[in-house]
Amino acid sequence: MKQTIAEKILSKKNIERKEVKAGDIILGKPDVILINDASGPLTFIQFRNIGAKKVADPQSVIVVLDHFSPPPSLSAAEAFKETRKFVQEYEIPNFFEIGKGGIEHTLLPEKGFIKPGSLIIGGDSHTCTYGAFNAFGTGLGSTDIAVALALGYTWFLVPESQRFKFEGRRMPFVSGKDLILRVIKDIGVDGATYQSMEFTGNGLLQFNIDEYMALCNMAVEAGAKTGIVEANENIAKWAVSKFGDLPELIKADENAEYINSIEYNLSEIDEPLVAKPHSPGNVVNISEVEGIHVDQVYIGNCANGTLTDLRQAAFVLKGRNVAKGTRLIVVPATQQIYKQAIKEGLIDIFLEAGASISTPTCGACFGGHMGLLSDGEVAIATTNRNFRGRMGSAKAEIYLANAFVAAASAVTGYITNPKKVVDWEEAKKFVYGDHNVN
Amino acid sequence: MLIEGNIHIVGDNVDTDVIIPGRYLSLTDPKEIAKHIFEGVEPEFVKRVKPGDIIVAGRNFGSGSSREHAVIGLKALGISAIVAKSFARIFYRNAINVGLPIFISPQLVEFLEKMEIRGVGSFIKSTDLKIRIYAESGEIEFLDKKFRSTALPTFIQDIIASGGIIEWAKKRLGR
Repeated sequence: MKQTIAEKILSKKNIERKEVKAGDIILGKPDVILINDASGPLTFIQFRNIGAKKVADPQSVIVVLDHFSPPPSLSAAEAFKETRKFVQEYEIPNFFEIGKGGIEHTLLPEKGFIKPGSLIIGGDSHTCTYGAFNAFGTGLGSTDIAVALALGYTWFLVPESQRFKFEGRRMPFVSGKDLILRVIKDIGVDGATYQSMEFTGNGLLQFNIDEYMALCNMAVEAGAKTGIVEANENIAKWAVSKFGDLPELIKADENAEYINSIEYNLSEIDEPLVAKPHSPGNVVNISEVEGIHVDQVYIGNCANGTLTDLRQAAFVLKGRNVAKGTRLIVVPATQQIYKQAIKEGLIDIFLEAGASISTPTCGACFGGHMGLLSDGEVAIATTNRNFRGRMGSAKAEIYLANAFVAAASAVTGYITNPKKVVDWEEAKKFVYGDHNVN
Repeated sequence: MLIEGNIHIVGDNVDTDVIIPGRYLSLTDPKEIAKHIFEGVEPEFVKRVKPGDIIVAGRNFGSGSSREHAVIGLKALGISAIVAKSFARIFYRNAINVGLPIFISPQLVEFLEKMEIRGVGSFIKSTDLKIRIYAESGEIEFLDKKFRSTALPTFIQDIIASGGIIEWAKKRLGR
């Protein structure tokens, strides 16, 4: 049978170990079950309702305190306490306390929990981020996670797949973020509902693994069950550097069945894109929104608080100041990224520019704390959602963009094409080193 | 089972952040969660809803977050069913898991869109019009008209017949 990437991974994880095709409903055993503080407490209630005496496979479970980290309210503190209690009671070995980890989707691959071909389920919709590592990640609700904890497996509908191929030359200041914004612009916010979005093409070799995270992270913004980058040289290099040897990499069979295929010539995505309020699908070229004043700039989140994002932002901010009337919040995604950013002098650059730097947290991105917007305010963020009320007031407006654009907008105080602030040839050396970027 | 109630109408792509803002995700008590449903866009909505009321929505209802708080809150508020043109994936699964009946009926929604229905509210139009849903057959009655809704996959019907995913898991655990 000719199989897509999703069909191949689910065939391996099917507890009956049979080949599967789109439309099949299977029982699958995930390699990783991710729990956070926002959906965890409801999971624990349902787990107890099932009456399970133990977690089926504690080794597969990873618990991260990241959404309300550190807790801004008594109810959040209570949620943290519940989470710690569960971890202790059911002897979960992999638990990431405040100060010991960071934002889940950046943290798990960093700590070596994600391998090509893995199946990951998480009580968070952006679990699809792991597609960056050639893995199948999908978000589920609290009750579904409780069932998987108790049984060690759960049911999956094998998704149909769409294929997105990128060829051609990467253009200045265009990042992984722009690729997914362009795709969502084209297929719409329900354009891939229940499907697997599979990303391929030699063009992707000019983007790095951090940027693949941004690409896959927003697959759910098109309604997808997962988004997966087909195995390529970059993923192979990352895997070898991470694990010492080369795990099995997953590619689709030739002539595998895709319900839709779109090919992009990267040279046609010739300037950064911006999603306007209040939908991640409301995407325009930056030239259409340049000049809009921004009260707040937010650089961070589960896909765009990586070292690559911080380097992109730092290069733009180096020797410059955040504009009067605008504020900048920078959130390194993990403790390790934070530490490396200090080592490379990025944090110094942010501090000197007048940025507020926060401990790793989902905070303002999901509207929990650490930078909410008030009525009438306008923000530009490297995050994944600009839904009404997402970052605080429902009367605020959020624009989404890559880190170059966000930083350039912080410098001027209005949405700005980074090419007007810095030079690409210098920027790419600073950000990508010897990575193969045009 | 017959579900009957007044309808509240919303548009396309109603997302989970709009249904329940992120700052309330540390809550677990359904009654507390229910107090904040649609708070940002329609603060008066929670006062307008009566037990048994039904939400009618456009495409992609419940898009975005995996937060089960959205379905738990709607259910605790007294919403007895949601009929939409389509649902976002995780919301759909969550609704089935916690026993909030959902029905996909583009025909009904398009019919309502063509009528110029008066109602209270800007983001959510609340009406005193009733619909009746025959849950087993999926047939929906509105005024003198009948509309079909899409049947659920057999596997999901089995979960519902078991009494929900928790009961389904209990049974499997006992094996």
